Amino acid sequence: MTGKGGTGKTTVAAALALALAGNGRRTLLVEVEGRQGIAQLFDTEPLPYAERRIATTADGSEVRALAVDPEEALLEYLDMFYKLGMAGRALRKLGAIDFATTIAPGLRDILLTGKVKEATTRTEGGRRVYEAVILDAPPTGRIGRFLNVTAEAARLARVGPIKNQSEGVAAILRSPMTAVHVVTLLEEMPVQETADAIAELSALKISVGNIIINGSQPPLLTEGRVTQAELKRGLVAAGLPADRETVAGLRTEAEAHLTRRAVEEGLRDELKALGRPVVELPSLAGGVDRAGLSTLADTLRQRGPGADTLG
Amino acid sequence: MPEDQQQPERLDVDAILAEPGTRIVVCCGSGGVGKTTTAAALALRAAEVHGRRTVVLTIDPARRLAQALGLSALDNNPKQVKLEGTAAAGGELHAMMLDMKRTFDEVVLTHTDPKRAEEIFANPFYQAMSSTFSGTQEYMAMEKLGQLRSRDEWDLIVVDTPPSRSALDFLDAPQRLARFLDGRMLRLLMAPARAGGRSMFNLVTASFGVFSRAVQKILGAQLLTDLSGFVAALDSTFGGFRERAEQTYRILQDRETAFLVVAAPEPDAIREAGYFAGRLAEQRMPLHGLILNRVHRIAAPELSPEQSLAAAAELDVEGGSPLTADALRVHAALAEQVVREAEVSARFTVHHPGVPVVPVAAQPADVHDLDGLRAIGTSLAG
Repeated sequence: MTGKGGTGKTTVAAALALALAGNGRRTLLVEVEGRQGIAQLFDTEPLPYAERRIATTADGSEVRALAVDPEEALLEYLDMFYKLGMAGRALRKLGAIDFATTIAPGLRDILLTGKVKEATTRTEGGRRVYEAVILDAPPTGRIGRFLNVTAEAARLARVGPIKNQSEGVAAILRSPMTAVHVVTLLEEMPVQETADAIAELSALKISVGNIIINGSQPPLLTEGRVTQAELKRGLVAAGLPADRETVAGLRTEAEAHLTRRAVEEGLRDELKALGRPVVELPSLAGGVDRAGLSTLADTLRQRGPGADTLG
Repeated sequence: MPEDQQQPERLDVDAILAEPGTRIVVCCGSGGVGKTTTAAALALRAAEVHGRRTVVLTIDPARRLAQALGLSALDNNPKQVKLEGTAAAGGELHAMMLDMKRTFDEVVLTHTDPKRAEEIFANPFYQAMSSTFSGTQEYMAMEKLGQLRSRDEWDLIVVDTPPSRSALDFLDAPQRLARFLDGRMLRLLMAPARAGGRSMFNLVTASFGVFSRAVQKILGAQLLTDLSGFVAALDSTFGGFRERAEQTYRILQDRETAFLVVAAPEPDAIREAGYFAGRLAEQRMPLHGLILNRVHRIAAPELSPEQSLAAAAELDVEGGSPLTADALRVHAALAEQVVREAEVSARFTVHHPGVPVVPVAAQPADVHDLDGLRAIGTSLAG
């Protein structure tokens, strides 16, 4: 799940994790940017670097969450191959781990996506542990670079385990197992970035799933023109104040609404022209709480990626 | 909203822009709150209303906004924006869009000879770092600000900040990058490539040896060679990134700088704004106020939302006034939104009661021309 900052991609990722869980199928919601956005969303303590149950669906299926920390991922990785043990902790104290994950942003991304790959392909008793893994990925501006792990790795490491690791991750990211969904609002910048990201991902041969319009509001006014005379008549008929200020004010509000909706309609058309399925999620008047997430999950299950691409 | 809720002082934007002692205005805040537009509107107002020779440094403007400023592509040098004789005496507006990679290249070129620079440019670590390091954009924005300030050509520099993942990035990245380039760890790692291993002998610990070998194994020896080449080149040319970062830091703490936090009345943006305000105070950076963008207002205050919805339902039954019924529903939705926004915004003031605030009315459509920026400027000035 990607999208411009502020479009609500964490919320939509969480809603999709809920939508895809059910019938005993478990999903995993992963964040990689150290923002603790999932914990904030579910109003819990900051997530550790461990898979924890964060929500349960109506039928008792689990959504687990994981905040991948690049330092921890590197230590885990080093430990797997080199049995570092105590030395790992000493390295962290020295700042070596911070150093290693900072020096090469590509290395960091390989570690992060590598962890996602591991969780996605993990099995237990011959069955996949997770029905789906939903990654709350970096925003549109950085998504191409983040997912294009082979190129980054090739630039820095021409041989060795990191190169092999990155090739494994790249294969999964380009396989039918992966789809990148782009969250947007009906505002100019997010729509522009959605178009840019889709072009970038397509060029990288990474498959784009749905465009998800978040915070969509139904048009409340469909008529083209609003006249003061008509409003005045209506207000009088309803027994409401119909003084000049009120009539003029109501008209100003109605016109602003029409202008806004016209802008949104234009942006919606731009999104449709991108050739990907478009799903709209309603604006949650009450804010994003557990009930709101369920509403979004229902919509995604019926019309969105919960219905086809991944399910 | 409780009646006794504390009302914040109103932020006087004009006073900041008019004050000759103000040389830098930094607009910060989370992404998607209209930071770039606000920066452009402030700069335009400084030029046109206050007659100041102003430059606005934008980071990633929407294409049509960039066009309105006459910026067609990334251009690392300020270009004058045509104002058609409306500016007050002496007022000029210049605009530029940050090109992160080119700024980095320029820094290298200024501090080394062309041959050395070519070597640095060809190094894969330089390429990775100058285009992808997560703090590079923030660092280069500050570097560019330092450059513009030292040219002393402008009365006022208005800076937009990168859409950082979090408030931390923008304030910390320059120092983090400097610490990294200047760092102990690099020296440790590079030691064998330099002084024949002597410093390595003095400093290294057993676990670091393990680390170094692990890095060699995982990343390959070529990588270490590239890295050591990169660091050696940087080391001999830059003479201390840390010093540069600290210099920029001091400029930001100076009274000639005014920080304005930009937010929209939405929970995430307000939380981030509060966090920003806290960080600025901690770092003793001069925070002047909060610009609250996209604030909705009702134009028909006589009608309560409940009353409007009830009347709309009634009109639906009666028929005959469908348009008024719709308009009343628009009004009710707007009124509810206004209440929500006020509640959300009040959270900021609860935590930062001393910070002045100015609301900017939501525009029904995006701003794409100078007239639109002027209107925002007027709204900002109250």
